[in-house]
Amino acid sequence: MTGITGGTPSVLPAWEGGAAPRREPLLAVEDLHVEFATRQGVVQAVNGVDYALEAGQTLAVLGESGSGKSVTAQAIMGILDTPPARVTRGRILFRGTDLLGLSEENRARVRGRRIAMIFQDALSALNPVFTVGWQIGEMFRVHQGASRREAERRAVELMDRVRIPGAARRLHDYPHQFSGGMRQRIMIAMAVALEPELLIADEPTTALDVTVQAQIMELLAEIQRESGMGMILITHDLGVVADAADRIAVMYGGRIVEHALVHDAYRAPAHPYTRGLLDSIPRVDRKGRELHAITGQPPNLLDLPPGCSFAPRCPYRQGDCAVEAPPLHRIGPTRGSACHYWREVLDGSHG
Amino acid sequence: MGRYVIRRLLQVIPVLLGATLLIFFVVFALPGDPIASLSGDKRTPPHIAAELTARYHLDDPFLVQYGHYLAGLLRGDFGETFSGVRVSEIVAGRFQISLNLALTALVMEAVIGVGLGFYAALRRGRAQDTLVLAATLLLISVPTLVTGFVLQLLLGVELRRSTGIDFFPISGAFDGWRSYLLPGFVLAGTSIAYLTRLTRTTLAEVLRADYVRTAVAKGLPRRRIVGRHALRNALVPVVTYLGADLGTLMGSAVITETIFNLPGLGQELFRSIYERQQPVVVGIVTLLVLVYVLANLVVDLLYAVLDPRIRYE
Amino acid sequence: MSSAAPAKGAPPNTRRARHARSSRPPGRGARTARPAGLWRDAWHDLRRRPLFAVSAVLIAVILVMAAAPGLFTSVDPYDAAGCVLGEARGGPSAAHWFGTDNQGCDTYARTVYGARNSVLVGLSTTVLTALAGGLLGLVAGFRGGWLDAVLSRVTEVFFAIPSVLGALLILSVFRTGTVWTVTLALAVLAWPMTFRIMRASVITARGQDYVVAARGLGASAGRLMFRHILPNAIAPLIVVSTINLGVFIAAEAGLSFLGLGVQSPDITWGLMIADARARFHEAAGPLLFPAGLLSVTVLAFIMLGDAVRDALDPKLR
Repeated sequence: MTGITGGTPSVLPAWEGGAAPRREPLLAVEDLHVEFATRQGVVQAVNGVDYALEAGQTLAVLGESGSGKSVTAQAIMGILDTPPARVTRGRILFRGTDLLGLSEENRARVRGRRIAMIFQDALSALNPVFTVGWQIGEMFRVHQGASRREAERRAVELMDRVRIPGAARRLHDYPHQFSGGMRQRIMIAMAVALEPELLIADEPTTALDVTVQAQIMELLAEIQRESGMGMILITHDLGVVADAADRIAVMYGGRIVEHALVHDAYRAPAHPYTRGLLDSIPRVDRKGRELHAITGQPPNLLDLPPGCSFAPRCPYRQGDCAVEAPPLHRIGPTRGSACHYWREVLDGSHG
Repeated sequence: MGRYVIRRLLQVIPVLLGATLLIFFVVFALPGDPIASLSGDKRTPPHIAAELTARYHLDDPFLVQYGHYLAGLLRGDFGETFSGVRVSEIVAGRFQISLNLALTALVMEAVIGVGLGFYAALRRGRAQDTLVLAATLLLISVPTLVTGFVLQLLLGVELRRSTGIDFFPISGAFDGWRSYLLPGFVLAGTSIAYLTRLTRTTLAEVLRADYVRTAVAKGLPRRRIVGRHALRNALVPVVTYLGADLGTLMGSAVITETIFNLPGLGQELFRSIYERQQPVVVGIVTLLVLVYVLANLVVDLLYAVLDPRIRYE
Repeated sequence: MSSAAPAKGAPPNTRRARHARSSRPPGRGARTARPAGLWRDAWHDLRRRPLFAVSAVLIAVILVMAAAPGLFTSVDPYDAAGCVLGEARGGPSAAHWFGTDNQGCDTYARTVYGARNSVLVGLSTTVLTALAGGLLGLVAGFRGGWLDAVLSRVTEVFFAIPSVLGALLILSVFRTGTVWTVTLALAVLAWPMTFRIMRASVITARGQDYVVAARGLGASAGRLMFRHILPNAIAPLIVVSTINLGVFIAAEAGLSFLGLGVQSPDITWGLMIADARARFHEAAGPLLFPAGLLSVTVLAFIMLGDAVRDALDPKLR
């Protein structure tokens, strides 16, 4: 049993496990740490996250609220409120350049142009007092110095591309005049306006009806196919992940607890938290199985326990879990799990 | 939009009716016989008294008198004083002075209030922010009565005494627009403070809004994010406050007018109360109510222009 | 979004702890635990605010001055024998700390004695408006319907009348101005403000789950209003009333200054300022000292209001 814990060789940064042979990834997050200074104390929101993404790939980042998935994305985007937030350690390599080392000016040059982001609630994420055409066109006007007329023309093109019916007619409408799904399409149009190399979608469908969710995910997939951009899909919804993503990274307590190819993770999770998540949703391929909710509460980020942060809620828990935080164990060429007992989890045998 | 305007216009009517009725009622209850006081100590000759009584409907019941007054108002007629001078004539020049004063105050309020509020919001939590907040606390707390006299002494009298130049004329309306500088600031004092606070909180709130985060994510320069995306949203309540304040400033200028000897509406009202010139009293207060109501109406329409969500309700 | 993460980390423990505490007295005790907790938290927070400490000390001094001016000066300014015309407009000295006014009376003693009328007007107007506006607002907000509609229209009418002029008008109905006529005039014009605040806050409280639950359990209207809604809806009224106390004191000074408020021989700060006005540019003292104390008094109440608001509404920080 002790042999499983292993030595250092079996511990790897997530981005080394890509399916393709070594080449420079589009994005590589390395050992990222983010803290928030609050009245109650320092909240450790992100505690050493590693992940990587190739162009044209979709990485799904999964986790409950407070797991650090959105904070990581905001750190990549450079839109964390600092203060209270502070990146204390790590690198964010975008095509080999550390974004954290850039000046604010150079950072702004990447933002919107090469890395774009869409948000969960398009109604509040769009400015209520400007027309949607103006907001989309602003990308061309500010970044490319386009004329007002030119910006409008291209805004209509984009609105057509994201399939907003009667785009030319609706150019001068305000965000509140659109339905939720249409608003998210406008967000998407704005984000892909300058054909970014990386799109971060932060819970893009959470606020939408189920039928609309599928349409939006389809649209995103289509745009990705055409443009070849990389996409980070942040979600807590496992249903969204299955079809849309190539790889999955599961976050818990500000760390990656498991990363894998999507179907590997679905077929046989290697971390008890992933297993818990999968057991808690109804799945067509597991008909007739009982659903289990994960008991207990998410970890207190103000005061993280010394060992594995999932240990208090973990059915596989052993004595050493509360003492020693598990490193990310390499399981295969494309897979890692931060659990001392990943074998047991993988075998589905309760300890 | 059209429906909104009409609804808003209709709401004005009961307010105007109610306010004039209330004023009329209070003035009607003023003690003393207005005709008897016309001729000072002597008794008014009976035939003149009878004629005046008929002309001003003084024998009619209260509501009938009010009806006559309203009918006059609808024709744009504010009535006459008991000595036969048209109220509109008395009021016109006074109104101009009060308006000048209120507009001066409004401009100062807008420039200083919005400027300071902006400054503080962008430095939230730092020393400059605290300093601005302390200044607003002081401005709100020190009554007009005090700021008026203190500034009159410091900037009017002492500054002239030490420099020989009359930067801020402090008495009367004889020096053109400069006459209004100091009184305008004194009148605006409290409003400046409130507007500063309002601008500060609104802008700070807007800067935390999701759409500002989107603007950052779009890679816009900070100047554009603050100056366009945030400002446009923050302006909605600020402009609303400013517009509504015009009526308040005009109505609350009595003390400032008294300190700086500006013969505006407040002073005239004050004199008319003493001289029991009910038609002038009613006329002035009605006029100020009208200004207040119209200013608010304009603000509400402006609100619809600034915030598209209202426009298409 | 970024702030949501840390916020979620902290509460569970404290929330659980609070539940444990409040669930000990079962039934009714648990229901009132919310407002009690709010007040306790607010008080705890308030005590640590320097703004609160400063304003509380100032207000205490002013209240004592109003209640027992004799503690501050041995001179009785209501006794004309104390004034010596030959010593008029004297500067500050050992005998007259603040100097003397146009009649040769001691400015310090008059300033001290002036506190009483100001504080009386401030307190009584505040109580009157809080009671009248508060009760009407409570009923209107709770009942809704035609009563609310009528009362709301009435307040709109009052808001349209400029308050200083309105007060002058009301005061002119009375033959002489006293503390009580000033109080009445101010209260008549100020109650719509307290009404509006109370109404809005009651409407918010009315929709809360615990009120709906209590209603579902068959609580009477009176019980709902006073036991369930009032404790949860009164905070804004308290804040505004505290601030208003200062505003009313300033208004009293203004009205007395204009000559329609409290009348001589009563002493008020507004009257003192009016008296000193004619010779102000030669002798500023008789005007500046009452003006200074007036400002400090208003400041103290407004600071207190600010501090209470910040303590009751942590969102605004």
